[in-house]
Amino acid sequence: MCISKYLIAKLKCYMKTRRDFIKISALGAGTLALGAGISRYTFGSTVLDDLLAMTGGGKEKLHRYPTYCEVCFWKCAGWAHVTEDGNIKKITGNYDDPQCNGKLCPRGTGGVGMYNDPDRLKTPLLRVIKDGKQTYREASWDEALDFVATKMSDMKAKYGPESMALFMHGSPANYLTHLMKAYGTGNMAAPSFAQCRGARDVGFEATFGESVSSPEVTDIRDTRCLVLIGSHIGENMHNGQVQEMSQAIDNGAVIITVDPRLSTAASKSKYWLPIKPSTDIALLLAWIHVLIYDDLYNKEYVAANAEGLEELKAHVVSFTPEWAYGITTLKPDLIRSTAREMANAAPSTIIHPGRHTAWYGDDVQRTRAIAILNALLGSWGNRGGIFFKEGIKIPEFPHPEYPKPAWTWKDLLNGNYPLANEAPTNLVIEASSPAGGQEAKIKGWVVAGTNLVSTVPLKEQFKKALQSLDLLIVVDTMPMEITGYADVVLPECTYLERYDDIRTTAHREPTLGLRMPAVDPKNQTKPAWWIAKQLGERLGLAAFFNYKEYTEVLDWQLKQVGSSLAEMQRIGVKKIARKTSPYIEPGTPHIFKTASGKIQLFSHELAAAGFDPMPLFTKHPEPEEGFYRLIYGRAPMHTFSRTANNPNLVALMPENSVWVNPQVAGIWGFKKDQYVWLKNQDGEISKFPVKVRLTERIRWDSVYIVHGFGHHHKPLHLAYGRGANDTEMITNVMIDPIMGGTGMRGNFITFIKDDPRKETES
Amino acid sequence: MRYAMAIDTRKCVGCSDCVVACQTENNVPIGFCRDWVSETVDGTYPNVSIELRSERCNHCDNSPCVRCCPTGASHFEDGGIVLVTHNKCIGCGACIESCPYEARYSHPDGYVDKCTFCIHRVRKGEKPACVSVCPTSCMYFGDLEDPNSEIVNVLKNRKFKALAPEAGTKPQIFYLV
Repeated sequence: MCISKYLIAKLKCYMKTRRDFIKISALGAGTLALGAGISRYTFGSTVLDDLLAMTGGGKEKLHRYPTYCEVCFWKCAGWAHVTEDGNIKKITGNYDDPQCNGKLCPRGTGGVGMYNDPDRLKTPLLRVIKDGKQTYREASWDEALDFVATKMSDMKAKYGPESMALFMHGSPANYLTHLMKAYGTGNMAAPSFAQCRGARDVGFEATFGESVSSPEVTDIRDTRCLVLIGSHIGENMHNGQVQEMSQAIDNGAVIITVDPRLSTAASKSKYWLPIKPSTDIALLLAWIHVLIYDDLYNKEYVAANAEGLEELKAHVVSFTPEWAYGITTLKPDLIRSTAREMANAAPSTIIHPGRHTAWYGDDVQRTRAIAILNALLGSWGNRGGIFFKEGIKIPEFPHPEYPKPAWTWKDLLNGNYPLANEAPTNLVIEASSPAGGQEAKIKGWVVAGTNLVSTVPLKEQFKKALQSLDLLIVVDTMPMEITGYADVVLPECTYLERYDDIRTTAHREPTLGLRMPAVDPKNQTKPAWWIAKQLGERLGLAAFFNYKEYTEVLDWQLKQVGSSLAEMQRIGVKKIARKTSPYIEPGTPHIFKTASGKIQLFSHELAAAGFDPMPLFTKHPEPEEGFYRLIYGRAPMHTFSRTANNPNLVALMPENSVWVNPQVAGIWGFKKDQYVWLKNQDGEISKFPVKVRLTERIRWDSVYIVHGFGHHHKPLHLAYGRGANDTEMITNVMIDPIMGGTGMRGNFITFIKDDPRKETES
Repeated sequence: MRYAMAIDTRKCVGCSDCVVACQTENNVPIGFCRDWVSETVDGTYPNVSIELRSERCNHCDNSPCVRCCPTGASHFEDGGIVLVTHNKCIGCGACIESCPYEARYSHPDGYVDKCTFCIHRVRKGEKPACVSVCPTSCMYFGDLEDPNSEIVNVLKNRKFKALAPEAGTKPQIFYLV
């Protein structure tokens, strides 16, 4: 077939456009050192020697520096242990940190690989044309920063500061957000909203008036019944939650897991509900039905705290377990007995809100159903349910008032997605290319700490935007795919080499956490605070960066809350005594943060915005014969696509595999560990083959892969070409009309056994 | 004194933190490991179950590796810990062949290496790196001859098994089931 030909043709045509994808290693002679360093990097003995030399002999005296982890968003506090000759030997958890209790997860323990990775970005890079070809050349910081500042000043004059957008993840976001606000734009977008937790947050806000935040305020430690619906704790290594689930197991809590796949959590559950994918809302409605009609809900709690019960009761009257059976394939008895287990344990029951909830485009409604279940059981505000967080607010370091942008991302909504309270990245990307005869509203991007290519599943819009942008700056530690599209690459040092903002956690108790450099930055890399300050000064915004070193900011801030930099350097984590109760106090009416002060079983907000005030089940398309629903998820030793080149973590899991039920494999004649290519419903073929994993842990109508593999950027020497990239296979995106989230579970794949590209080339 | 480990398969999520912690603690070269995670799957969908296990040298009482070592490099230390003295090891690999648990590997520096129960930490009163890092706290390490130890307590109160008991090596890693 000529699908691959078509792709090749598309690729060729793409090469002629104004922003070619440049492989960062494909540089001129000036970068020989970089190239040579990398090509040596295999699992051969040279690297082992290097790494052994790096880690020292084992008998060294170690000095420890406080840090908090940046490998994922949980931000566990720990200690980086450094040898006398200045190498990081290991990273361990801080026992005073309630987020990790002294135990880091594999990624945190393996964080040292992020520092040692030979493929790291090393110097600023500028896109130049050499012999008629676009390429990068190394630049000094002064040159790169001057270039960016001149460009940004020009753009401000020409299009207004609002034409710049920031895409962000993690700590660098703080400083760059500050810079962008000072510059005059309000267009900051994090994939964590529309591609991940946004639907959940909006669903819970619409019900309880607030979200479950991060780390989630789920009282798993003290729960008696934990219900996981598409949340795979243990494979998502959200450290505190994993630790608490283990405590819950020790305490004999009942775990109920709803998952089309026997997840690790499902394997530890009293009840596993192997649901047909995309039918979760039917199950949730049936559970609500049972709680109300079998008189199992928490009447006292609901009467005191919620409104809309009568409407809800009428709404779910026909959503019986028998009705749900035909949709979910779950037996009515199982639906009833699990509802009873939840009610027996209530209010110490948690229907876990989940985190990555961008599934089918009706995700706010699904998370609303989860929130309503929690409300009916009385778990919000009760021990073993969902507790009230308390945090500590650190004052901002004094700076002039930000200019008010003439418009923000909210003006891009055009009346759509009325409950979006953060910018959906997809919307900002769409606004970055001309449409309907209108010029693009966004003309420049700063992308920091997020590999948009593997994160946002809007390939066409993304490509269009790339060809229309005037400026694209990438701040990262690694040459991720997104760096290949940049005009300027600014290499950030890793979290182990820098100060960052104080971690302020709102959870069971407020805590402060310090990150300080354990070692000097490698090569020419710099902390993001320094990059933002340098750009700010060049943009005439020096008043917003009124300090020499970031330690001045940290010390000033810490002193406002009764600590100091010196104290935090010694202890790393400081716990602060809680002032409010984590639970609803008996006899005291609780005011929820909704408009009426009550839990919204019936949402007036959604009704007013023209949406179903109570969740309804919508039937979603199913795979055609020979196709299987693509489910994706996490592995405990990797974070998104950002750890796929970390030598320590690659050693644990070098590639993903596609999980296939043995019966399905029988039909296809697959052998164990055979490599196949994936093709989706739109003819998209995976760039690389992926190993088949025959396992009874997956349904016949679905396949599963771990997210974050299949990197196609050659400078990622360990990650390149390993496994399949799920984002590449997600071409059908179902946008949630309520908040703009990108539902990604409506894609179906089939298998190709022989190299599809080889075939067409011959 | 008899050191042993009990690992709770009901809590282990197979995250492999034990593996990385061991690697950084003991300078195990990347690409090799002294401990690893195994998964066994039983049944057919949807009546299926899995067991996840963190595995390592079993520090057997009746150790074929110690018996077959021609130089005495493989030996017992206090508490029954089986160790390899690197500079006495000639790298012949007899012990690797004799081990029913495939717990040993040839270190690129020419000797045979394996789990030491982190004897350097244990002697200081600390737990082995894998035990101390485990986010699920599914591992218990201690002295089987101390009736008040945590490990004796869990083994008294839980069902447990050892791997490949038929090999007759008297392994000292127990899996709580």
